[in-house]
Amino acid sequence: MKNKNGILSELQKNKTKFIMLLPAVLYFFIMCYVPMSGIVLAFKNYTYSGGIFGSPWVGFKNFEFFFKSGKAFLVTKNTILYNLAFLIINNTLQITVAIILSELTNKHFKKFTQSLMFLPYFISWVVVGAFIYNLFNYEFGAINTILKSIGWEQIDVYSNPSAWKYILVGVSAWKWVGYGTVLYLAAILGIDPEIYEAADIDGANVFKKIRHITLPSITPTIIVLLLLSLGNIMKGDFQMFYQVVGNNGLVLDATDVIDTYVVRSLMDLQEFGMTAAAGLYQSVLSLLIILGANKLIKVIDNDYALF
Amino acid sequence: MKISKDKLVFRILGVFLIILITVFCVVPFVLIVTGSMTSQASILRDGYRFVPKEISFEAYKIIFDSPNMLLKAYAVTIGITVIGALLGLFLTSMASYVLVSKDFKYRNHFSFYFYFTTIFGGGLVPWYIMMVKYLKMKNTYTSLVFPLLMNVIYILIMKNFMKSIPDAIFESAKLDGAGDFTIFINLVLPLSKPALATIGLFIALNYWNDWYNAMLFIDKQELYPLQYFLYNILSKLDFINQSASRSGVPVPQMPSEPMKLAMTVVATGPIVLLYPFIQKYFVKGITIGAVKG
Repeated sequence: MKNKNGILSELQKNKTKFIMLLPAVLYFFIMCYVPMSGIVLAFKNYTYSGGIFGSPWVGFKNFEFFFKSGKAFLVTKNTILYNLAFLIINNTLQITVAIILSELTNKHFKKFTQSLMFLPYFISWVVVGAFIYNLFNYEFGAINTILKSIGWEQIDVYSNPSAWKYILVGVSAWKWVGYGTVLYLAAILGIDPEIYEAADIDGANVFKKIRHITLPSITPTIIVLLLLSLGNIMKGDFQMFYQVVGNNGLVLDATDVIDTYVVRSLMDLQEFGMTAAAGLYQSVLSLLIILGANKLIKVIDNDYALF
Repeated sequence: MKISKDKLVFRILGVFLIILITVFCVVPFVLIVTGSMTSQASILRDGYRFVPKEISFEAYKIIFDSPNMLLKAYAVTIGITVIGALLGLFLTSMASYVLVSKDFKYRNHFSFYFYFTTIFGGGLVPWYIMMVKYLKMKNTYTSLVFPLLMNVIYILIMKNFMKSIPDAIFESAKLDGAGDFTIFINLVLPLSKPALATIGLFIALNYWNDWYNAMLFIDKQELYPLQYFLYNILSKLDFINQSASRSGVPVPQMPSEPMKLAMTVVATGPIVLLYPFIQKYFVKGITIGAVKG
């Protein structure tokens, strides 16, 4: 009773504020909370006329179908392995570039190169898809043109599933290097310059300073960013996979992640129930991983905990 | 000035690596531009190269000869970008203002209400069904604007920025009898200009580059936004090429290869041209966002 009075008096006192917050509350209610109730679909056989709540229950049939299709294990494995590779390679590259840039003194060079490295972040994945085609096309792609001109054999990535691991990892590194560099550079610039001056007086060389000052100072940032991205490990960069790989059945086993699988099943097969089951499986795994990551952050440094 | 040996080694290696990465980042853009200015025959014979062997602007000529569909797609994208960015910016900053108000008792509860949506969701299917069946958004402009309107991360960045506005400003305005909405419009918004520019551009970029919502919700060509229009052209020209080479029939008298690239250039041009001017706002946004809120 007391609590209710609290809300009511607060409502009266801050009426305008509640009204100002209302659009955002409604927006996320419609976009996120209402669909959450739709997870019941994972246990139903969806019919258009029945809708989300009127369709008949089928128990765990959808999950059975998803796991028995043999796809569940494959897409889960792909999703996790790709994301781990992106995580490690992208962050290593971004930290390396940020450290180098922080040590260089020529402002124009720093600004110029940093701008150009940031450029890929700004273009759509459709355009990246066009780039990939332009580079890797078998007959006249730029890479094969070069290979041909120096007398090497052309490579046909479109019939070679194992090539896509490297292409996708490369594209992800390419797209995010500028973005991540900005992030880590900000962390490095936050380090107290006096520590470096003291190290200079002690005669420490550049490599020692990086190892003993820069890296330890940005370690909290690195850990937090890594754990945060761990929360996304079950999701993919759907747009990247879809546009870079394209609708290429030959390499599907090597490139299919949960997100692409879900969209394809929904758009092409209209398999609502099974797709909802796959989506729920992904959401629950994600949630568990985030809760685990948050526990880990708390152990390392309580200040960085998410909640 | 004397530079110690370790510094010299580090700089040479470092500069080399930075230049290498920079080149990788720029090369695809160069290839697309040079490729779009190459004649079809040369591409089929010599492949894509950095310096075209036969320069031809035929692809651009064809595109600009009948630009109706392209202009329409441009108009759709500009429309949703402007409306979406302005509306999204207004709602985001209004919510952020309430969430940083110290006298708003439930601000932490509401923050969690927003935050929770980033860690758990119902998945694509229920959302898709809701949009199509219950909100009747199939083939509407709303289906392109609505999904990208607000984003929890932008609320967080905005909150972080607004926290730096001194409380005393609000207090004195309150004493003068100003209401919350007046304070928001007359004080908070003008003081938040740098953050507004940053978040506005983030939202605008999302709209400009969006093709995913069009793929899900739009099947009428006159409603296609630019990126989805580009995607469709690319796959159509691909299809023509493939079926032509499979059946042995020569590719129709259309410079399909340079056209793809010319289309890509036309669809990407504005972003790349604007890029030098807007870049600094994105840098700022990433930096503010990195501070935990």
